[in-house]
Amino acid sequence: MLDAQLAKRRDAFALDVAFEAAAGSTTVVVGESGAGKTSVLRLVAGLDRLDSGHVTLDGVPYADAACRLHVPPWQRNIGYVAQDYALFPHLRVQDNVAFGLRAGGTPGRRIRPAVERALELLGIGELSGRMPHQLSGGQQQRVALARALVLEPRLLLLDEPLSSLDIQTRRAVRVELRNLLRRLPCVTIYVTHSPVEALVFGDRVVVLDGGRVAQTGSREELLRHPRSPFVAELVGTNLFTGRATDRAAGSADAIRTPEGVVAIGDAGGPDTVYLTVSPREIMLSRTLPEGSPQNIFAGSIVELIPEPPGGERVRVVLDTRPPLVAEVTREAVSALALREGVQVYAAFKATGVHRYT
Amino acid sequence: MPAVAPRRGAAGGIALRISAVALGGTLVLLLGLPLVSLVLRIPPADLVVRLRDPLILQALRLSLLTSLAATIIVAGLGLPVAYLLATAEFRGKRALEAFIDLPMVLPPTVAGVALLTAFGRTGLAGHALGAVGISLPFTTLGVVVAQAFVAAPFFVGAARAGFAEVDRKYLDVAATLRAAPGYTFLRVLVPLAAPSLLAGAAMSWARALGEFGATITFAGNMPGVTQTMPLAVYLALQSDLDAAVALSVLLLLVSLTVLLSIRLTPSRLAALAARARRAAR
Repeated sequence: MLDAQLAKRRDAFALDVAFEAAAGSTTVVVGESGAGKTSVLRLVAGLDRLDSGHVTLDGVPYADAACRLHVPPWQRNIGYVAQDYALFPHLRVQDNVAFGLRAGGTPGRRIRPAVERALELLGIGELSGRMPHQLSGGQQQRVALARALVLEPRLLLLDEPLSSLDIQTRRAVRVELRNLLRRLPCVTIYVTHSPVEALVFGDRVVVLDGGRVAQTGSREELLRHPRSPFVAELVGTNLFTGRATDRAAGSADAIRTPEGVVAIGDAGGPDTVYLTVSPREIMLSRTLPEGSPQNIFAGSIVELIPEPPGGERVRVVLDTRPPLVAEVTREAVSALALREGVQVYAAFKATGVHRYT
Repeated sequence: MPAVAPRRGAAGGIALRISAVALGGTLVLLLGLPLVSLVLRIPPADLVVRLRDPLILQALRLSLLTSLAATIIVAGLGLPVAYLLATAEFRGKRALEAFIDLPMVLPPTVAGVALLTAFGRTGLAGHALGAVGISLPFTTLGVVVAQAFVAAPFFVGAARAGFAEVDRKYLDVAATLRAAPGYTFLRVLVPLAAPSLLAGAAMSWARALGEFGATITFAGNMPGVTQTMPLAVYLALQSDLDAAVALSVLLLLVSLTVLLSIRLTPSRLAALAARARRAAR
C-alpha cells in the first residue's frame, strides 16, 4: 500500500495532497494541466524532494520531510513510465528492458530470461532487436511498460500513458492496458487529464484541482456524488451547491445556490446540499415551455459538443444562471436548429434533481 | 498592397542574395587563396621526398603523439567539469565558465609565460614537481601540458553543450530504473552526448596540433623532444622556404582530415551502426 502526503511549493504553485492507494488496484490521479499531477508522480518517485509530508510504500518509508529522509529514486522499488515513454534512443529494445536489471546488479545469466518474460508479458517478443526509432507509438509504450515491469516493482507510476498515441491506437491500447493493470499485484498510480481514462482505469480516483485534492472516491462515488464544479464537469453533470436554510422565499422545496434558485423535490435538513442534474434530464426549447417543469432557465448556447466525438448525442453548453450543460440527440439539434448563440430555454423537473449531502 | 508586397519581398531577397554571395565569396577567397597557393607552391613529388626527411618525420611523430596525449588528458579531466557545468547550479558557476574559456582568448605566448611561472623550476608548482623528479619545462611532457592548456576550452565547451542537449527525461527514467548517477552518466548521458564529445575531442586535438606560442615559450624548440610540426615550420622558414611550405602543406592535410572526420562522424557512425545491425540479423 502507498501512503502519500505531499507538499511542495514551486514559485507561485503550491501542491498539497494526501492519498492512499492499495496494492493490486489502480488509483487514477486526474486533473487539468497545471493541477499538479506530474508533481505528484515526481514526488512519489523521489525525483523531487518534499517540502513537507511523507511517502511510505508497504510500510517502508521512502521520504519523510520531518526527519529529512529522502530515499533516492534508484533505491525505491518503483517502476515509472514517462509520458512520451523516453526509451533510450541508443539502446535496442532488449537493452532498454534490461537496463534496470543491469543497473541494479542482477547477475548476467538471470537478465536474458527476465527480459524475455517481460517482452512476452507485453506480447512484443519479436521487437527485441529493434531500435526505439523503428517502433510505433503503441509499441514504444509496451516497451516502456516492459522496462518498468521487468523490475517487478511494488509501485507502478504511469504518466499520461495514452496521451502520446493517436486516437485509433489509443482505443486498442486502452483495452489492453486495462487488462494488464488488472493482473498486476503492485500499486498502480495512473496520472491523466482525461475523465474517460479516469473512469475506465480508476478503481479509485483522486481528483486534483489547483494543487489540492478536490475529491477522492471510487468511480461510482464520483459519478453519483460529485462534490465540486470541477468533478461535476469531469463526470459530465450539472452540480449546484447550496444550503437548505437558504430556501427560496415562500417555497419549501427550492434551494438558493450562489448561481440561482433550483426547485427540488425535498430540501431536507439544514446542511450544505449538493444537487446534480443529469444533462439528459434537461430539455431545450426555443419558446417558453408550458406545463410541469419547475425549473426553467433562459440563456444562449455557448458550444455544441458531439458526445462521444462523432456520436449520436450532442452536449449543449449554456450560459444560463446557473450555467447548465444539456445533452440532446442529434435529431433534436437539427429540429430546433440549435447552434452557437441561439437563445433557448432549459427546463428540468424538480424530481430530476439528485440531492445529497 | 498584398499584390505588391510579395514582389518587393522577392526583389529584396535577390538583392540580399547577391550581397551575401559577394561578401561570402570574398571571405572564401580570403581564407582559401593562401591555402591554395600553399598547395600550388610545391609539386606533390617534392612533398613525398620531403616526407622522407627524418627531421620532418620526427616532428610529425612528436606532433601526433603529444596532441593525442593532450586530447586524452583534456577529455578525461574535462568530462566531469562539463557535466557539472551542464547539470548543476552552484555559486561561482559563471566565474568558472569564464575561467575555463580564458585560454581560448589568451595569447598563446602569454599562456606559455604563465605555464613557466607555474611549472618552471622556480615556479609555484615547479618546486614541488621537481622534488618528485618531474620536470615540465623544455620536455615532451611540457609540450603536452602546453597543448592541453590551450585545447581544454574547446573540449569542455562542446561537451558541456552536448550534455545540456540531452533531454532530462532520460536521466529521470534511468534514476527510476535502479541507476545511480554514476551509472546513468556512463550508460545514458555519455552515449547520448557522444557526437558532441567526439566533435569536442577533435576540435581540441586540432588546436593542440596547431599549438605554437605556448609550446615554444614553455617547452622550447628542441628537435625530437619539443619540436612539433608548427615549430619545425617556423624554424624551416628561417633557412629554407620550400621546406617550410612542404611542412605547412603536410600540416594542412592533417588538419583537414581531422575537420572532415568531425563533419562526417555522426552520420558515419550511424551508417556503421546500421550496417552492424544488418549483419547481426
